[in-house]
Amino acid sequence: MDAAQALADLTEISSQIECAVLFTEGGDVLGSTLESEEAAAALVRGAGELLEAAGSFRSEGGRVTQLEASTPDGSVFVVRDGGRGIVATTAPQPTVGLVFYDLKSCLRSAAEAEEKPKRRRRAAPKPAQEQEEESGGEA
Amino acid sequence: MRRKAIALAGFVTGAVAGSVLYRRSVGRRRDRIDVYFDDGSMVSLVEGSPEADRLMPVVRELLATARR
Repeated sequence: MDAAQALADLTEISSQIECAVLFTEGGDVLGSTLESEEAAAALVRGAGELLEAAGSFRSEGGRVTQLEASTPDGSVFVVRDGGRGIVATTAPQPTVGLVFYDLKSCLRSAAEAEEKPKRRRRAAPKPAQEQEEESGGEA
Repeated sequence: MRRKAIALAGFVTGAVAGSVLYRRSVGRRRDRIDVYFDDGSMVSLVEGSPEADRLMPVVRELLATARR
């Protein structure tokens, strides 16, 4: 499952989410439910701005892991975990806990999708001919 | 009898109108931002605070961009 599939599953599961964009810590867009790439990039920029500004409000420091901004017109959610983040918008008065849960599940799915191919590559056995050559060279 | 009916109708209309006005004033949702930190703590920034007032324009812009 890649980022696009994780987002497709998210919007299918959660009817409250209007749009969502997956991004890296560096601000690159990994996937989006929006048609416009510019809009997706603007959402990621805004999410980064919110995370940075929200973190600076606390004197003891600490890293912001998630935030929810609610207005009478709708809500904005931002969640980040393990070098990735997701920003989403919803209609007014969403079920906050449920939306956070769905967004975290989406982040996990996208992360697992990235890690799986790497594991497979490491586990791949060497070809028989190559192994014979190696053992022959040693003897 | 007719006077009583008119008075009753006036009372009911007034009660309903008062209830609607009260609900509108009390039930109005305010802008709010809940920020969660990695140590498990949470800060709620409410409309009118300097922190929320700084962030709310960004939030509104995000909502507008998403719906464009």
